[in-house]
Amino acid sequence: MSKVLMKGNEAIAESAIRAGGLCYFCYPLTPQSEVAEYLSRRMVEVGGAYLQAESEVAVINMVYGAAGAGARAWSTSSSPGFSLMMEGLSYIAAAELPCVVVNIVRAGPGLGGILPSQGDYRQATKGGGHGDYRCLVLAPSSVQEAVDMMPLAFDRADRYRNPVIVIGDGMIGQMMEPVEFKEWTFPPLPPKDWATTGARGRKPNLINSLHLAPSVEEQLNITLAEKYEQMKREEVRFEEYNTDQPYRVLLVAYGTTARIGKTAIAQLREKGISAALLRPITLFPFPEARVLELGRKAEFLLSVEMSMGQLVEDVRCAMGRERPVHFFGRSGGIVPSPEEVVGAVESRLGGGRS
Amino acid sequence: MKTLFKRPESLTDTPTHYCPGCTHGVVHRLVAEVIDELGLRERTVGIAPVGCSVLAFNYFNLDFQQAAHGRAPALATGIKRARPDLIVFTYQGDGDLASIGMAEIIHAANRGEKFTVVFINNAIYGMTGGQMAPTTMPGQVTTTSPRGRDVSDVGYPMRMCELLASLRTPGFIERVAAHTPQQVVKARRALKTAFELQRDNKCFTFVECLSTCPTNWGVTPFEATRWLEEHLAPYYPVQNFKKYEDEKDPKPQTPDPKAGDGNAG
Repeated sequence: MSKVLMKGNEAIAESAIRAGGLCYFCYPLTPQSEVAEYLSRRMVEVGGAYLQAESEVAVINMVYGAAGAGARAWSTSSSPGFSLMMEGLSYIAAAELPCVVVNIVRAGPGLGGILPSQGDYRQATKGGGHGDYRCLVLAPSSVQEAVDMMPLAFDRADRYRNPVIVIGDGMIGQMMEPVEFKEWTFPPLPPKDWATTGARGRKPNLINSLHLAPSVEEQLNITLAEKYEQMKREEVRFEEYNTDQPYRVLLVAYGTTARIGKTAIAQLREKGISAALLRPITLFPFPEARVLELGRKAEFLLSVEMSMGQLVEDVRCAMGRERPVHFFGRSGGIVPSPEEVVGAVESRLGGGRS
Repeated sequence: MKTLFKRPESLTDTPTHYCPGCTHGVVHRLVAEVIDELGLRERTVGIAPVGCSVLAFNYFNLDFQQAAHGRAPALATGIKRARPDLIVFTYQGDGDLASIGMAEIIHAANRGEKFTVVFINNAIYGMTGGQMAPTTMPGQVTTTSPRGRDVSDVGYPMRMCELLASLRTPGFIERVAAHTPQQVVKARRALKTAFELQRDNKCFTFVECLSTCPTNWGVTPFEATRWLEEHLAPYYPVQNFKKYEDEKDPKPQTPDPKAGDGNAG
């Protein structure tokens, strides 16, 4: 299939439809409203369900209901709206329902600003809502990658019966890039024999997260933890750049900042400084083993973020005390320039050249 | 031998945890009887709320989803939008529906979501131990209104049927009670109408049932019945608020502002 030029938000919407995400609930919020606008016309054409709800609180609970009835249900939002979904996401994780939620992150905290940010890293990767749960978190760094991720997100949500978050900063949602919609195939999924579709010829099914007996609740916690351990074993995804040659500095960055990191690496090379990049594609599970392996080959690591030091915590956790891990970030909706990243590397090299 | 009385198929053989004199059990049975009578059991999904009836899924022999506080209408919306062929009902108390879930119920009603709401109004938070509800009566003593509900401080109790009936979309709204045999018969009739309308894909249906909470009201079951009659029923009239009528007029259409009115120069 040939490539078409599409805005990130619209490309995500189209890819989700092709992946069978035919049950979509939304609430308008910049910078992701184009997904809703696109689907308000497109969903009619494909015979899916589209509904603009009264709030993100309602949205995520509509997703719960539809997912519980066996549909591929999903939604999109941006940071303040995503926060409103945390209650429902916790229930969805606890009831072991599949769903996909896309967060096109804007600057925060609070109402913040509408420009790109990566400030929701902790919220996405550490749970976000109450209780002991986690989501599989995918972070695209281009519109094409976002398109490719939607079928994977739906598949993994169904496979793990767990929420999958696709987290893109505002750049991913708003920029236009040429994209190609590829055909993806996955191994067959188990039937959704747990769904509430009417108790015809079987015992009633129950979608529930209330467990008053501590032993039952703990067993759920253990089951969920085992699921997250399986994700750590089987779902870690990352991209490496320039790691096949010696380097003094390892940049760690995801999403848009990883692209800036690559440009910075080219500029550093001209200055005679060798650098490489590790880009986590899954933010949870985090590629901690690979960070450690690649970090050991560097003099130090630099986490480059559009936040005030969130990703860096996971990088430090992976590296322990083996190498210094530094942080450089811009926030408030400001996208760091490659020159700033170069400057951050140089200042920490202390004038030494390789 | 002719069977005169048996447990509806839509109820399980499980003793409920409800207190003596509480009307939850009666309403559960009425809902189950209606579902049985209409032959809907195998395509019905119930939504349990948070509150005393949070464990309703143990008592109904139906597929069930358990919702977060007040969110039952959002779950029901999700199920109905994904599977319009299913019969869906929420079962909610007054704290759940009229306080924390106010946005969800109003918007579901206004969209005309084609599910049924069974709303139990006993003017108090039961499960959490007798706190003031949005439906608590003026002067009524609860654990969080120890000097009685002060309407100058927290306003008057909210009448949900009247509130929802002010919307144009919802098709069937009725308040019933279940504290006397006559009221039980009327309540059953209203529930049956609601499920029939849903089965026929007609409209949003809402049945409020005035209920008793002897435990948290601090009275005997018999006194609770009398208190309902003397204090709740006058403020919350037991009556129909909206009967479904097929809309004969064409749906109103407002012209696109960009289209102009044809008189612009």
